[in-house]
Amino acid sequence: MDPGNYIILSSILFCIGALGVLLRRNAIVVFMSVELMLNAANLAFVTFARMHGNLEGQAIAFFVMIVAAAEVVVGLAIIMTIFRTRRSVSIDEPHLLRN
Amino acid sequence: MNLTSLQLPLSELPEEPVEALTGTLPAEAAGGYFPYMWLLVALPAFGALVLLVGGKRTNAWGHLLACLLPIGSFVLACLLLAQMMGAPVEDRLVTLEMWDWTFAGMFDVPFALRLDQLSMVFVMLISGVGSLIHIYSIGYMAEDPDRRKFFAYLNLFVAAMLLLVLANNYLLLYVGWEGVGLASYLLIGFWQYKSSAAVAAKKAFVMNRVGDVGLSVAVMLMFVTFGTVTFEQVFAAAPEAGDTALNLIGLALLLAAVGKSAQFPLQAWLLDAMEGPTPVSALIHAATMVTAGVYLIVRSNAIFDLASIAVTAVLAVGIITMVAGAVIACAKDEIKKSLAGSTMSQIGYMFVAAGLGPAGYVFAIFHLLMHGMFKADLFLSAGSVMHGMKDEKNMRFYGALRKVMLVTTIAFICGFLGISGLPPFDSFFSKDDIIKAALGTNWFAGVAAIAAAGLTAFYMTRMLSMTFFGDKRWKEEADPHESPSVMTVPMLLLSVGALFGGLFFVYVGDIVGWLDPITGYQPFVLPINDTVLEIVTLVVVLTGITLAWRQYASRPVPQQPPQQVSVFTTAARNSLYDDAFNEAVFMRPGQYLTRWLVWFDNQVVDGAVRGIASKVSGAGEQVKRLQTGFARSYALLMVGGAVLIGVVFVVARWL
Repeated sequence: MDPGNYIILSSILFCIGALGVLLRRNAIVVFMSVELMLNAANLAFVTFARMHGNLEGQAIAFFVMIVAAAEVVVGLAIIMTIFRTRRSVSIDEPHLLRN
Repeated sequence: MNLTSLQLPLSELPEEPVEALTGTLPAEAAGGYFPYMWLLVALPAFGALVLLVGGKRTNAWGHLLACLLPIGSFVLACLLLAQMMGAPVEDRLVTLEMWDWTFAGMFDVPFALRLDQLSMVFVMLISGVGSLIHIYSIGYMAEDPDRRKFFAYLNLFVAAMLLLVLANNYLLLYVGWEGVGLASYLLIGFWQYKSSAAVAAKKAFVMNRVGDVGLSVAVMLMFVTFGTVTFEQVFAAAPEAGDTALNLIGLALLLAAVGKSAQFPLQAWLLDAMEGPTPVSALIHAATMVTAGVYLIVRSNAIFDLASIAVTAVLAVGIITMVAGAVIACAKDEIKKSLAGSTMSQIGYMFVAAGLGPAGYVFAIFHLLMHGMFKADLFLSAGSVMHGMKDEKNMRFYGALRKVMLVTTIAFICGFLGISGLPPFDSFFSKDDIIKAALGTNWFAGVAAIAAAGLTAFYMTRMLSMTFFGDKRWKEEADPHESPSVMTVPMLLLSVGALFGGLFFVYVGDIVGWLDPITGYQPFVLPINDTVLEIVTLVVVLTGITLAWRQYASRPVPQQPPQQVSVFTTAARNSLYDDAFNEAVFMRPGQYLTRWLVWFDNQVVDGAVRGIASKVSGAGEQVKRLQTGFARSYALLMVGGAVLIGVVFVVARWL
């Protein structure tokens, strides 16, 4: 199968994720979109590894997964804390740091 | 990478000289009292520390402690002198290395003291005369509420001066040099509630600072030229250095000496320094401070011997100051200012002697010793007069004081005999030696020295007759009385020195043979007969005395100085316009320069800084609008940026 297709799929997934981050207000959904972008990148890495016949891309994909896992933990904890104090998970509301 | 290429090009710097301490003996090896010579400096320094830190608690006994410590130094100095005289000539240069003081790369300066024949002479003079002045001050400052502070500063002065003459390298000498400057500032301005005293202290400090620049430049030049600042190593390396370097070092040293010794053109501070209490004037003029410049030049004789331009400059400075100081002394009405002019003139004699090279160094030190005794005596006598006359300084309100102040009169006459060059007293030997050496080397200097001897006799007779002879011209409130014995005894001791010091050092002490190993001595050939010259000098001196006696003792002296006088007298009364000259040439342009610099700083430097600051904060105001606080707009910016970068890559590749 042509690896180019995987690249196209990766691009589509990345764009969906990016649009999700930009357009959605719910923090959980934004978070899921970020994960989607990360995984789109992973897919591209793995595909490139396949295309070039070496393992570097795959290794980096593993790194990305581990970093993503750690990020999920921290990110979810932040979202939980914000929800507890503000009873909302909208990402437009907490702009207290401004001014 | 080749690491060696990163290192400094050490080969361009002078190589560190090998330990060239030939001829010096470590203090431990010398034994006896030499390992304790640090006490010479430490004792008075300790006194200053106790009195300044102890504060009011030491008021009751502070002055006694402050007197005992320099006396302790003097006793130790006597013991050291005895031991040094007992030692063979090659063992008389002793170095006491105390600790490694400062080192950075090749710059390695030990904290070490050096005692040799030259510094021994100075140590004796400083601690001896200094101790007598301390004792005298007990009486003179008895009623001053700040007497304790005064004694603390006196101790500091003596300690700094001893450090100056005992240092074994130029950097340590510089410490003592600055210490003397600080102590003189504190003491000249001791009565700082008088604005004239505060101004005089500031003037002395600033003018000294000008000279100190010379010393620091000299130290730096020495390090660049020789790679060391220790006396032995510098003197050993001097013959190999270039002519230009040696002349530059010599001129820088001369600038330093000129500042400290109040020589032309940095002489203006000395007359104003008379605002300080009189014991301070005695200390500055006789034992410390102004002698430091002569010491520096004689100590650096290895450099000056090879620097022909610098040594000629020393001679020129000496001749100018010798004559100018004497002229000023002839016209001043304040007794201390007249004495200050006399000091300038006498130190000028020493500079003339030092400027003659090896023929004169010994006589410079000889005259310095003699001057230390008779000038201290004269100043203390003058202080005694002022003490009895309610601090009246103007000689036009003195007169006939011999009737009420017999001891002071005797002491002053002894000082007069010492300075004026009458046989067989101090200056007859020391000044005649300088005149002979000058005539044998440079006839112009010799003639000037003879003329100055005549002027010396004139102004001293004028002072003597205006103060102690003639008619009473006292103010009504004046109540002249003899000073207490705590003041008169030191005066009388110094009088003995002023009368017989010359005899002692010529016939018993052999000052020439004593100093010869350090300064070198080169005999000279006199163009005329020895006796003829002495008779000529004596005739000039007697003429000066006779003229002054006819003018000021035989005729009445008006209380107001006569106004119908020649241009010459007016100039001398105004100290030859040195203040006006300094003001016009240095102060006014300096003020214009600083005003312009302030303007430049405000408008250009600050303007640039403020302009940049306001531009930056204005730009910040603009950028602030981007910070909306909405996470999604930030995310959009990031995506936009990422897309932009991607586009740039694609376009770049496509191109």
